[in-house]
Amino acid sequence: MAAEDLPSEFDVVILGTGTVHLSFLSGDNFLFHLRRSYYAANWASFTFNALLTWIQEQQVSSCLWASTPQVSPQSHLCVLIGGASARARQGLAEEESAEAEEESAEAEEESAEAEEESAEAEEESAEAEEESAEAEEESAEAEEESAEAEEKSAEAEEEKKINYAQLVKEGRRFNIDLVSKLLFSRGSLVDLLIRSNVSRYTEFKNVTRILTYHHGNLQQVPCSRADVFASRQLSVVEKRKLMRFLTSCIEETEMDQAYSNQPYSKYLQDQQLGENLQHFLLHSIAMVTEDTPTEAGLASTRHFLRSLGRYGNSPFLFPVYGLGEIPQCFCRMSAVFGGIYCLRHSVCCLIVDRDANRCKAVIDSRGQRISCSHFVVEDGYLEALGCLFVCRLLSRAILITDSSVLPSDSEQQVSMVTIPPGEVCQSAVKMVELCSSTMTCMPGTYLVHLTCQSVGSAFEDLSQLVTKMFQTPESQEPGTTIDPRRPTVLWSLYFNMADGSVPGVEGQGLPSNVHVCSGPEGSLDHEHSIKQAELIFQRILPDEEFCPPAPNPEDIIYDGESPTPSAEEDSVKEAGQQEESGGDLNIRYTTV
Amino acid sequence: MHGRVKVKTTAQQEEEKRKEREKKLKIYVAARDACFSKRKEGVCDDEALQLTQQLLSSNPDFATLWNYRREILMHLETVKDPDEMQKIYEAELSFLEACLKVNPKSYGSWHHRGWVSARLPRPDWARELSLCDRCLSLDDRNFHCWDYRRMVVKVSGVPVDQELEFSDRLIGSNFSNYSSWHYRSTLLPVLHPQTRQEPPHASSPRGPQSHRVCEEQLLKEYELVQNAFFTDPNDQSAWFYYRWLLGRAEREETISCVYVSREDERVAVAFSRPINARCVGLLLVLDGQPLRVEWRSVHPRFRHSPVLICDLPPGTINDVTNEHNLTVHWTGNHTHRDCALYTGRVESWCRDTATDQELFRSELSVEKTSVLQSELQSVKQLQELEPLNKWCLLTIILLMRALDPLGYEKETLAHFQTLKEVDSMRSEYYSDLCCKFMIENTILKMEYAEVRVFSITDRNLTSLCHLDQLLLVTHINLSSNRLQRLPPQFAMLQCLEVLEADNNFLENLEGVYHLPRLQEVSLKNNKISTLTDLQPLASCPELKRLDLRGNPVTQAASVESDLAELLPSVTDLLL
Repeated sequence: MAAEDLPSEFDVVILGTGTVHLSFLSGDNFLFHLRRSYYAANWASFTFNALLTWIQEQQVSSCLWASTPQVSPQSHLCVLIGGASARARQGLAEEESAEAEEESAEAEEESAEAEEESAEAEEESAEAEEESAEAEEESAEAEEESAEAEEKSAEAEEEKKINYAQLVKEGRRFNIDLVSKLLFSRGSLVDLLIRSNVSRYTEFKNVTRILTYHHGNLQQVPCSRADVFASRQLSVVEKRKLMRFLTSCIEETEMDQAYSNQPYSKYLQDQQLGENLQHFLLHSIAMVTEDTPTEAGLASTRHFLRSLGRYGNSPFLFPVYGLGEIPQCFCRMSAVFGGIYCLRHSVCCLIVDRDANRCKAVIDSRGQRISCSHFVVEDGYLEALGCLFVCRLLSRAILITDSSVLPSDSEQQVSMVTIPPGEVCQSAVKMVELCSSTMTCMPGTYLVHLTCQSVGSAFEDLSQLVTKMFQTPESQEPGTTIDPRRPTVLWSLYFNMADGSVPGVEGQGLPSNVHVCSGPEGSLDHEHSIKQAELIFQRILPDEEFCPPAPNPEDIIYDGESPTPSAEEDSVKEAGQQEESGGDLNIRYTTV
Repeated sequence: MHGRVKVKTTAQQEEEKRKEREKKLKIYVAARDACFSKRKEGVCDDEALQLTQQLLSSNPDFATLWNYRREILMHLETVKDPDEMQKIYEAELSFLEACLKVNPKSYGSWHHRGWVSARLPRPDWARELSLCDRCLSLDDRNFHCWDYRRMVVKVSGVPVDQELEFSDRLIGSNFSNYSSWHYRSTLLPVLHPQTRQEPPHASSPRGPQSHRVCEEQLLKEYELVQNAFFTDPNDQSAWFYYRWLLGRAEREETISCVYVSREDERVAVAFSRPINARCVGLLLVLDGQPLRVEWRSVHPRFRHSPVLICDLPPGTINDVTNEHNLTVHWTGNHTHRDCALYTGRVESWCRDTATDQELFRSELSVEKTSVLQSELQSVKQLQELEPLNKWCLLTIILLMRALDPLGYEKETLAHFQTLKEVDSMRSEYYSDLCCKFMIENTILKMEYAEVRVFSITDRNLTSLCHLDQLLLVTHINLSSNRLQRLPPQFAMLQCLEVLEADNNFLENLEGVYHLPRLQEVSLKNNKISTLTDLQPLASCPELKRLDLRGNPVTQAASVESDLAELLPSVTDLLL
């Protein structure tokens, strides 16, 4: 909504619609300002084409964006574009060209653009011809021509690889999140979605398997009863030991006090669990580090286990169409109750009453004065105003690949992969591989998200791992043999973003009614964000319930409406549609 | 605050709901009455179909309406062509799907679906299978669906190997599922049958088809099921399947013993399973001549008995100087057994011993001892991790019995003790089972010693079993146990001369019935309280000595005279 004339008075003005912002919907008078043309800020999901535009924006308009936290300075942004994948297996000539592409991000971007354009142009003519876009692309770039030809001769029988042009063409099928997170089936976000009835606006898929990188191999982590039963790596005795540990863990028996000051890894060692099992429990189930205290380790193990089996064989859920759906759901709910959204709109300055230390109003980017009693803002904006320090960073990589890191019977696996620190990278890496049935990537591809705490740039932190697990131009080092089963990277993006888990900036000389929420942080779950949202909400409305159940639409009394349901509603009910029961999420199951 | 959403109050909502319910009920009742009256008039029109559909979609358990619906559909079959019927039945299937969503365990809906599928001119079985898969993925123990699926599989001829894969899949997603395991047990013998070797001494044509699985597949199954019970040793479905795997083929039907007594002119025949004296085709051939005899069970309480007896016509074999050859033919099974009564002998028998038949290697017995031994090792491994798991203990006991009942006797008894403690709710069951094993061991020992004396004293025995194996026993000592009765089966001890059962809790002697040779009975310190309890003893013609000391019955006033009247043959009575 790009309203010219906004009402000049609101209870709360919120800048940005990240997951933290999302939950104010108790019927207050809200104004949501969105600086961008999309919802959810750093929580957003992009189509492939929109992501390309976003990348461009990050680079081109750096003056506008350089100071924003979500994308660190350009040097961190390393975008690898171009049917690189298709060429990854080719001769030396290509490798050079691929490297050349990497030399300058901007140059790449241009070539990508060029490719895109040509692809689009070809698309039109493609309809007439039988040949696919792949063939046509040959003519687009001279350097590619020979490569493609080579490919054709070399892999005549092999299945046709998806190329860049196809990615662009099918770009709308992608929903690429800037953050990578999952929902614990019994986590606070799921509770909130159910409690507030916001769950009716979206669907979820279960993560189907948990994988871990151990001794240079990818292994499936048996975490549920069915997994343990089916596991081929564990001996029967190990199975028993693991099950016994898991059952005893969930029973919350009193922790042995002897371990109160000992790390969880020591505790696991002493449980006579084999090295294998210790690895699973520490890195994939508790997802903690070697030095995490026993108490915390047990707590996160329990958290994992409690979530298990609620909606399926793993503790995690992922929203169909990507994480960006969740803020949007809350937006929808809020809109029902009168929240107003303003895309491509920002706040220029705050009018502060120094004496009261309160913000009285804001002036928006069009110069309109809007009074408000509260103002909620993401810390990134404050950073732009110069009142925030540079915080910790996360390294992220997004890959589009052509097959799963661990192929199985089903092509529609959603995998969570843990790579413990020291295996390849310095910090622990969390990797989520999404299949096309999550509606985040086109059929035949997988969308892979990698996240870790930054040590260097995203590229420095993650590229080594990517090279090791996938086929990229870099994996084509002379003398090394590549496992042909490794998935090929069709497209990749590396970037750094601020880690929102840094303590808040309240009391940094801000007016008392200005509330700051942080951006997404690096953890896998949403606990931090929900806690923050609840805190801010309580500060604004100390006497109100946080996210109360939203009433059913038919129970809402509109002005001048008679209390009896209309005939139309009646007939809808008669149609025999089962009313949704309140405690459920919509889980989309894939039938194999 | 302004702009707040107004929501109806709970009272308002309740009131609305109540009104709505009332309205719905009115519609429902009206439709129901309309249906009933239409059916009464024998109307089979589209309106009736619609009415029943309306009612059944809200209440799929209304059996009468399903019946009415079938009547209508059958009527339509007579007036419409197959293409039209195909459409009608397809619509019926979609409607049923909706009903199953309302109640996935409705008998009516599933039955009707089976009926429709069978009448559909061009059935789409693939669709039915996928429907079942969907239902089972929501509830893998929905037995209605299992039943229906079995029907679909049978009619559409799904290959057995595909079905085994299906069972793999279900067990993989949740192995606590009797249905899947059981389904496996029906598929495996078909898919991987045991290649059977004819035993060289086979005396008769084969019995029923083998239900065994070839060894190679068995080993795979052991691995699978071990994964299950190591993962969750408290889940019984896997343990039951394991027992089935270790189980052996049904025993061959044979005549296990023929006994002939010259003095009593009586023949007793023991079989491998209880049989009915009236229905079984038994033929007795004496010295080449078929004899007309009347077979009867040892006790009137049984029609089926593993031991049958018959009296020979008087004077046929009572001359000690004659030699006789006896053959009993079991015509129904084409088996027979010979028995020779030599000159000067008063009795004779021919039998398979329990030892020969490995009768008591419990229900578990695989061909190869090595397999059992390795199974025992792995279950013992589990027991080390889970020392108090009852399924584990019980399985160890069964495996030990299959391997070496006498060698493992001590360990077995110790495990029984643990079992009774960890599963006190079933302690009596374990006691009975333990008794059974002790009796089996005693029988084995008796056979090894080649005697006809059976003695099992001071072992807390609570019940008696395998009495058919004691057909030839002459002396039995059951003293100092916890027996409460001598059951009717006790009458199978046709050769018994001396019975000792002191220091038990006996109050019922039903089984001491028509024992032709019984002379001495000692029942000191039991619970026999009335003369009627002693009534069965009157049927034993040779009873001379009876010891009843320490029984309540001895307190009665005229007990001595009453007993003299009841048991005139007794000359030596101790009270």
